Amino acid sequence: MDFMKKRHIINFLSFLMSFHLFAQKSSEQALKIIEKIDKNMFAKTQVVTSEMVVYGKRKKRIIKSRGYSKGVENNYTEYLFPEREKGTKMLKLGNRLWIYSPYTDRTIQLSGHLLRQSVMGSDLSYEDMMEERKLSEIYTANIIGNEVYNEVEVWVMELIAKVEGLAYHKRTIWIDKNKYVPLKENLFAKSGTLLKSTTFSDVKRIDSRWFPMKMNYKDVLKSGNGTDFIILDISFDTQIPDNYFSKNILKR
Amino acid sequence: MIRFIIKGIVRDKSKSLIPIAVISVGVMVTVLMFGFLKGVFSDVINQNARLDTGHVKIMTKPYAENKEQLPNDLALLDIRELIDSLNQNFPEMIWTPRIKFGGIMDVPDNFGNTKSQGPGMGLALALFDKDSKELERLKLSESVEKGSLPNKKGQILLSDNYANKLNINPGETITFFGSTMEGSMVFQNYEMSGTVRFGSPLMDKSTFIIDILDAQIMLDMNNGSGEILGYFKNNKYDDKRALTIAKKFNSKYISSSDEYAPVMVTLKDQNDLRASLEMGDAFSGVFLFVFIIAMSLVLWNTGLIGGLRRYNEFGIRLAIGESKSNIFRILLVEASVIGIIGSLIGTSLGILFCYYLQEVGIDISKDIANSTIIMPSVMRAYVTSDLFYIGFIPGLFSMLFGTALSGRGIYKRETARLFKELEV
Repeated sequence: MDFMKKRHIINFLSFLMSFHLFAQKSSEQALKIIEKIDKNMFAKTQVVTSEMVVYGKRKKRIIKSRGYSKGVENNYTEYLFPEREKGTKMLKLGNRLWIYSPYTDRTIQLSGHLLRQSVMGSDLSYEDMMEERKLSEIYTANIIGNEVYNEVEVWVMELIAKVEGLAYHKRTIWIDKNKYVPLKENLFAKSGTLLKSTTFSDVKRIDSRWFPMKMNYKDVLKSGNGTDFIILDISFDTQIPDNYFSKNILKR
Repeated sequence: MIRFIIKGIVRDKSKSLIPIAVISVGVMVTVLMFGFLKGVFSDVINQNARLDTGHVKIMTKPYAENKEQLPNDLALLDIRELIDSLNQNFPEMIWTPRIKFGGIMDVPDNFGNTKSQGPGMGLALALFDKDSKELERLKLSESVEKGSLPNKKGQILLSDNYANKLNINPGETITFFGSTMEGSMVFQNYEMSGTVRFGSPLMDKSTFIIDILDAQIMLDMNNGSGEILGYFKNNKYDDKRALTIAKKFNSKYISSSDEYAPVMVTLKDQNDLRASLEMGDAFSGVFLFVFIIAMSLVLWNTGLIGGLRRYNEFGIRLAIGESKSNIFRILLVEASVIGIIGSLIGTSLGILFCYYLQEVGIDISKDIANSTIIMPSVMRAYVTSDLFYIGFIPGLFSMLFGTALSGRGIYKRETARLFKELEV
């Protein structure tokens, strides 16, 4: 009888251990996946020329800009089109953001809840534009499923914030199993409310990485078709002068 | 006869003192509450009309559905043509456009860097169009705290609290940062001309005012506005007329396929005012009714005590041949005279307190500092003509009702037993 009891306990402990090992393995695999995504999506430097298509209620607007980023901390964007926006510049250094308007020759620093305002009427907030930290550094990941999304085999992963103060506490991401790029992403508040939904498409190979050239950001709390972000030209790891990431660039 | 009764009331104070005191207090409270509630409701209506709703308001249908979000991308366009047509069809009203918009106000330091900033609520109105009467309507001239009203393009007026928060003084430059009607980023420098106090905590928190033409240029809303407000020329809101005008206007667009067709709503059909004011009216009615009942009960009791005290008097009067109905009738006449005297005293006191509350008011600004509805920061009573008679209704009625109830005892007296009762 005693022998049977011991056997049950050993079986139960073995089950617990194997479950723990399986969970650990799954979590390690999830971490490896998001590290590969980070490798695709982030570079030492990036220069991006893009178009943002904002679908307004009465008409759509196209805003063209060129952005320079260094690591995940520093970003400088200059707006090129339309005329009203031309010459407007945005500089992000760490967690600080400045906007320069040539019309008023003023530089305004945005902070706090003002960063939650929409950028040029789009579905993106300044906070969205600023949050460019690597997923593997700020989220813990778990694979929650395998699916076929738009005829592509994907992992469905759930990412939970491991650091405080993030704009989105939870993300659900559909990841291309072959290219390691996200194809769809749902962003949630801490309360569990779905806030934004992003789809990624037109995935292209650039140098040694895969990169989605078109994104659609949709603020689910707003009506409309969301905002398209189309990359016209992108280059990775190119030399960017240091003065592009100093406040002096704004008034030049 | 009346003179005889008055003499009786004056000379026999025990007959009248308590009823007069009860009626005076009751009538005073009734008049005071009536004047106060009327004052508060009328202030709420006037303030909403002046600052937000107009007597009627025109918006596009989708703007009206989302108006809390100030959706200027859904604003009215071609407003000059619309206002011309309104002036022709509804000449009894003054029509004026307004734009409400949100954004960030940023005050620069000497080097052009941000010294202070904060989100604000913009109100653009026809400041320089004398026919719009916006300056008088918003009582802006009387409300200036610092500096002066804008007198040229490019000037801005801030609520005094907001200016203090931003630490800016008249003559200094301030930059507006927000988005245009279509969502483009907009920066605009303004010269601050002065500060005002609106008298509504919601507006005093972070409101700024610019001229409508400045706003139309800045927000890319040429010949457009979020709202067109209509005010009766006599400046008094008439709900029936407003509803008729709105019905007539809306009937023109009811079958319109234009997604952005205009729609007119009356003052009371905005900000839940109709329900609130109807509830207030009902509350006043219930208050008056409860007061009449409560005072009647007290006066009934007083009448019963008086009846006991005057038991012998009624017995003698019956014994010498006066009819029961005559005694009861004279009792009612006495009650009417007492009711009138009590009502006169109560009305005078009530009006006196109302006048005090009209001039001084009750400051509730701290209690409604975070209010999201337009409410006056000082609650005032108003002395109006109806206060001079409203107190007579509960005063007279309760005294007559109380006396009638207690006076029924007269009919229960038996003439055969009178002499025994009177121990003659």
